[in-house]
Amino acid sequence: MKSTGVSVIGVAESDLGMSPPDTTPVDLMAQAAGRAAADAGISISEIDGVFAATSQLRMAPLALSEYLGIHPRYFDGTNIGGASFMSHLAHAVEALRAGLCTTALIAYGSTQRSVSRAAASPREPNFYETPYRPVLPVSAYALAAARHMHLFGTTRRQLAEIAVAARKWAAMNPKAWNRALLTIEEVLEARIISSPLSKYDCCLVTDGGGALILTTTDRAADASKQAISVLGYGEHLSHQSISKMAELTETGAVVSGKAAYEMAGLGAGDVDVAILYDAFTICTLMFLEDLGFCPKGKGGDFVAEGAIAPGGRLPVNTNGGGLSYCHPGMYGMLGMIEAVQQLRGACGERQVEAPKIALAHGNGGVLSSQCTVLFGIEQ
Amino acid sequence: MSGTEPISPYRRYLAGCEASRLSFQRDATGAAIFPPRMPDATDHGPLAWTDSAGAGTIYSATVVCPREAEPYALVLVDLDEGFRMMSRVVDVAAESVEIGDRVSADFRKLEDDGPVLPVFVKTGSDA
Repeated sequence: MKSTGVSVIGVAESDLGMSPPDTTPVDLMAQAAGRAAADAGISISEIDGVFAATSQLRMAPLALSEYLGIHPRYFDGTNIGGASFMSHLAHAVEALRAGLCTTALIAYGSTQRSVSRAAASPREPNFYETPYRPVLPVSAYALAAARHMHLFGTTRRQLAEIAVAARKWAAMNPKAWNRALLTIEEVLEARIISSPLSKYDCCLVTDGGGALILTTTDRAADASKQAISVLGYGEHLSHQSISKMAELTETGAVVSGKAAYEMAGLGAGDVDVAILYDAFTICTLMFLEDLGFCPKGKGGDFVAEGAIAPGGRLPVNTNGGGLSYCHPGMYGMLGMIEAVQQLRGACGERQVEAPKIALAHGNGGVLSSQCTVLFGIEQ
Repeated sequence: MSGTEPISPYRRYLAGCEASRLSFQRDATGAAIFPPRMPDATDHGPLAWTDSAGAGTIYSATVVCPREAEPYALVLVDLDEGFRMMSRVVDVAAESVEIGDRVSADFRKLEDDGPVLPVFVKTGSDA
């Protein structure tokens, strides 16, 4: 196991779910940032690197820095959808190692439930897709799911296993939006949005945000809580429009995962907890394949019989994921927070037993951007 | 369309659709380019406009089910000339459209005030 020499010293969620009227995305972003600084035992004024994105702010690093009253010397507002924050982390590690900043904040906030998804994430028209009225993003993921079912015999019941597993984890997370029991039959009988995906194959629409603070591992020794090492990362962009994705059943996670594993000197078999961006059930299934947890086409078999639910063979999306815990539109930040909290042993009822390596995978657009991060406890 | 007046790739495409032609481009290597690009935007220019015969195979399909409208078949079609596009399959029950179905382009207005665009009708199955 190798390390990048950079560690996470603070993480925090903002308030999640449904915000009071006229709460802004930067309100939540800054709330999470302040909580993450407190978690790290540092003051906000020590932050000299700012990485931020949300679909609701044109210039997120500016909005956040003004709100926090800081003047960062390094910043990055990359927005590639829900994987943005894994990408920010990769860029922050490189900036910290190059000495371009010493304390890096990554932050996200969204009020998409309060203001509606259409208002929070307006899409630029695509002349060659929009007139056919895909319901985006769900129709794009539905096209991938249909193709996966066609090629590999994957079933709706297998996809439903993923939604049910997420709900079982969410039942143990007091912050999860939806904690009520969900059965496979309910998933199968729910209203189809874009076949083969039903309502319960789709992520939540909530408000929420999060923040994460990084510094070099030598400085991390001063942090108030256990520092968690960044072991590796990988990033990949494959397309923007679903009609330009080369093969809908194989994502760029193959590339981002390989890069992350190689940097860390690890493989899928070393991962104790996997947080896989579950915008839709098909995402979890394909990322299990593409990140090497099972062969291509075997994701359906892998998740059957509660294998990724509590007590199963691999703990996946232990916070309840985008399907049942929280999905403010760009969920990747919250996935990284869960990975860190699992390694710290801070997850209460849903805590996995003594994990050493956690993987957080981010997805953005319509399977378009894929970024993978490996976190670990250095021995 | 004299070829000398500046025209955006999209407007050139739409002009083809208006004349019931599914236009795409080929680069100097012969590779199909779709959606159409600006002339200088690729490694292998110049780009030559040409028309597809309109025959293709369903690569993937989903039935979109709006709350207050009829379901429709949204598809990705692999055209025989070597490019893929999003479209709809029309004139059949949306649920009957399957991956591998052979389809052929037709040209329709999807909205009363919208442009004429390619949609597809079933012509058989690849089996």
